[in-house]
Amino acid sequence: MDPRFTRTSSQADLYAPLRPGTDIAFIGGLINYALENNLYFRDYVVNYTNAAFLVDEGYSFHDGLFDGYDPQTKKYDGKSWKYAMGLDEKPLKDPTLTHPRTVFRLLKKHYSRYTVEKVCAITGTSKEVYLEVAKAYCATGRPDKSGTIMYAMGATQHTVGSQNVRSYAILQLLLGNIGVPGGGVNALRGESNVQGSTDMGLLFDQAPGYMALPPAAPEYANLKGYLDKETPKAGFWTNKPKFFVSFLKAMYGEAATPGNQFGYAYLPKRDPKKNYSYISLFEDMYDGQIRGAFFFGQNSAISGPNSNKENSALDKLEWVVISDLWETETAAFWKRPGAKPAEIATEVFLLPAAASFEKEGSITNSGRWIQWRWKAVNPPGEARSDLWILHNLHRRIRARYAASHATKDQPLLNLSWQYGLGEEPDIEAIAREISGYDTRTGQQLTTFLNLADDGTTVGGNWILGGMYPPEGNKAKSRNTADKGGIGSYLGWAFAWPANRRILYNRSSADLHGKPWSNDKKVIWWDPVAGDPLKNEHGKWVGLDVPDFKPTVSPSDAGGSNPFIMRPEGVAGLFSKLNEGPFPEHYEPFESPTANSLSTVNLNPVVKIFKSPMNERGDAEKFPIVVTTFRLSEHMQGGGMTRNLPWLAELMPELFVEISPTLAKARGIIPGQDVVVASARGEVKAKALVTNRWKPLMINGKEVEQIGLPWHFGFMGIATGDVANKLTPHVGDGNTLIPEYKAFLCNIRGVK
Amino acid sequence: MAAVKSTAVATKPKAIYVDTSKCTGCRGCEVACKQWNSLPADPQPFAGSYQTKRDFAPNTYTFVRMNEVATSDGEVRWLFRKSQCMHCTDAACVEVCPKNAIHHTDYGTVYRDADKCIGCGYCVNNCTFGITKLDEVAHKATKCNFCLDRVEAGLEPACAKTCSTGAIQFGDREQMLKLAHQRLAALKPGFPEARIYGEQELGGTGFIYLLTDRPEKFGLPENPVVPWTVKIWQHVVRPAGEVMLGGTVLALLAAALLGAGKTGKVDKAARTGSGTGSNEGGATDAKS
Repeated sequence: MDPRFTRTSSQADLYAPLRPGTDIAFIGGLINYALENNLYFRDYVVNYTNAAFLVDEGYSFHDGLFDGYDPQTKKYDGKSWKYAMGLDEKPLKDPTLTHPRTVFRLLKKHYSRYTVEKVCAITGTSKEVYLEVAKAYCATGRPDKSGTIMYAMGATQHTVGSQNVRSYAILQLLLGNIGVPGGGVNALRGESNVQGSTDMGLLFDQAPGYMALPPAAPEYANLKGYLDKETPKAGFWTNKPKFFVSFLKAMYGEAATPGNQFGYAYLPKRDPKKNYSYISLFEDMYDGQIRGAFFFGQNSAISGPNSNKENSALDKLEWVVISDLWETETAAFWKRPGAKPAEIATEVFLLPAAASFEKEGSITNSGRWIQWRWKAVNPPGEARSDLWILHNLHRRIRARYAASHATKDQPLLNLSWQYGLGEEPDIEAIAREISGYDTRTGQQLTTFLNLADDGTTVGGNWILGGMYPPEGNKAKSRNTADKGGIGSYLGWAFAWPANRRILYNRSSADLHGKPWSNDKKVIWWDPVAGDPLKNEHGKWVGLDVPDFKPTVSPSDAGGSNPFIMRPEGVAGLFSKLNEGPFPEHYEPFESPTANSLSTVNLNPVVKIFKSPMNERGDAEKFPIVVTTFRLSEHMQGGGMTRNLPWLAELMPELFVEISPTLAKARGIIPGQDVVVASARGEVKAKALVTNRWKPLMINGKEVEQIGLPWHFGFMGIATGDVANKLTPHVGDGNTLIPEYKAFLCNIRGVK
Repeated sequence: MAAVKSTAVATKPKAIYVDTSKCTGCRGCEVACKQWNSLPADPQPFAGSYQTKRDFAPNTYTFVRMNEVATSDGEVRWLFRKSQCMHCTDAACVEVCPKNAIHHTDYGTVYRDADKCIGCGYCVNNCTFGITKLDEVAHKATKCNFCLDRVEAGLEPACAKTCSTGAIQFGDREQMLKLAHQRLAALKPGFPEARIYGEQELGGTGFIYLLTDRPEKFGLPENPVVPWTVKIWQHVVRPAGEVMLGGTVLALLAAALLGAGKTGKVDKAARTGSGTGSNEGGATDAKS
């Protein structure tokens, strides 16, 4: 399922083209197909999802909008996106799924509009192919079948990116494909350690382990306020105080005491009204609100959306520090084609960085396996690891402030930095701190269940708790045995949490703890297992570490609530994101057509940056749908690959893939220079004319689509125009991830 | 493989089995080949296709051919095949080499000994698949040597080592043929034109392909043959000449028949596909 017929598509049994930005329509149609044809896994849906829960009377959906929308603020109040509660303060349920206000009925009603005809008119997929996909995929709703959804940036980099992924989750839950082998919603990350960076809280509003960083708001003024606000009343997250206090202990060490709320005041507090994600940062930079910036292995001059604008933003900085393998376009922005270096006052520092094979550390894949990597060779010349650079930056900055008694300097001076006193940072010490230890004995903890909220434990990231037990660093484990034959490889590396390989694997078994199917078994309840001396009468056993309290039997309270991270213990078919509780199709920021499902064209909560250099194009002037993509020969902004002769020769310059019909219409011959133009900019590229692209019939009108890779820039060996000159500064309604994957352009040949 | 001139005791013929149904065209094999053989990059301008290499070159022993093929129902298939020296049993290059610089190894593969090569270009002009090239600076013929140095050290060739999808496998020829036949049986229902290429062709080749479609769709000749000039040379002229004629006369006859007068230059355009339009790559491995 891809707008492009890729090298991966060449291996597919079934290839379904669709217009960029119409994933929710596509998946919504599959949801409808599964429901209408009774192909969903009913026992799973009734018991392990919130399908049977009744929704608040206030909930409604009409013409593309849910209830509670304020067009002024472009926000929903979300007040009624909750369960209807009984007199006992518990959610009302109807396991027969017949009550019109059950989640199930509301879901069915919502997606009943996503008929095959409607969906195919929006996506451009042929009805025949679509039905083939629907039939094949919805057949995995049987207990002895599973299906997986793997996605990458083609799903997320949209104004509806988060809801795209939500739609996958809903479909997978309906088909009982979560918690079973061969199931799941699997993110294929854009880089080998994206999972690791997210786990470690590299987003502006996150602490390590998916806990919020506090905003500067009155209710978050102290630790108690934070914990009251952030700790749910039920589910596993009730342990959050233990995790958060242990995180504060890792941050501030001995300076974190019960008397000073474990150093809570030292944590930076963000402006609650402000968003500090990527696009917003560059908007602020462009407005002159940011003085300097660090770029570690990030080639923003190439990889950021609306490149002309982002390069202009860099022009306004006082200083920039680049840590990279080569002089990237971000390091050389001041000498980019068309720039006037004499007029750019930015001071640029280029720190030579070590490549992955020239340093030690861990990377985490999207299966949450933390895998240790050893250094193969020393870095060349003065190149150093990013960790070395940060360690020594910290040492030098701290030395400068050593004599200060100013309150504002206390967060820095009280920072715990137990990674060695010399120039070389001790990476094992960092791994031990992340995993956690007892402050009284110095003993490494074996699990996050040992973390405490009284300051007696340090745990840098609770989800990685037990990665480094007393016997050593489990990220280094290299046992290749696959005992159960389901690919769990429990002795290879360490998977968070607690070395579990399949999340929510309790849902692979029925209410009584028996696997739904022998073919798809993961864990099961063994009534004779367990140690009676420890008062254990039965235990969860199987081919993976149970994602469940091992001694809670199916008949115990909560014994059949597999989704332990949620307060209600079941998965959320109905669940809040900024746009509402169910994903709804909206057109991209720039679209060739009106939304045929409602009169609301664009995701109603998307923030529009009304700033210079960010024009919005219309279909009259820019009639062609365009998507940007990557090549297996190049990595990201190309800093690592466009400088390597053997890779540069494989993909030497920027090209644009176009259909033969578009080539004919514009008089473009294969290999010819063309100009691709959007409302933001123009790029020159070579034409690749191919039958792999075809125009699609969209709402009764033929629409051409093209695609171009975004790796290229003006530095290195393989050079080419920057495709991101074309993309807009607009992002997802929840995360603000840029909409790189669907916008409008025009194309013309160059003589 | 009858023509294996084996001196070693019980060395089993080796082969590389390429399963085109598993190739994703990532081209890792191209890079691994260049890295192991210390071959510099040979940049070509973009020519309208992912397949940037249009032909073999002294610095390019292997590349993946990418062909777009229209199916009867109007859909498109994108076919990938790693191409390189086939290591034929009936190898024209071995027959025509006046210095025995190209010869069969104990493994049945075809080895080009750069030390012995005088750059006459006979092998270049007579290769069934048009693969061998002449390095006009070093004055040596160039082609894939099946990573003989690695094989002799008990390692698999670089391309097979790096292949991440398992499309390129190395082992005893017998075993590779077995794998190919097993795979063929599995693929036949979905790919009626699927076949094994290299089992019988040219007496059997060191590269065995499992093709999911007809050879021509992958840029291979359906019935590869040793050029007739080579056969006349091999069976008539040389045997007669060695008996009756002096070396100079024989050399002149060789030049006339095998084309040394052309200094080994091969008409590139004849082998390089148009490179235009939907049929990406377009080039074929075939002597023009």
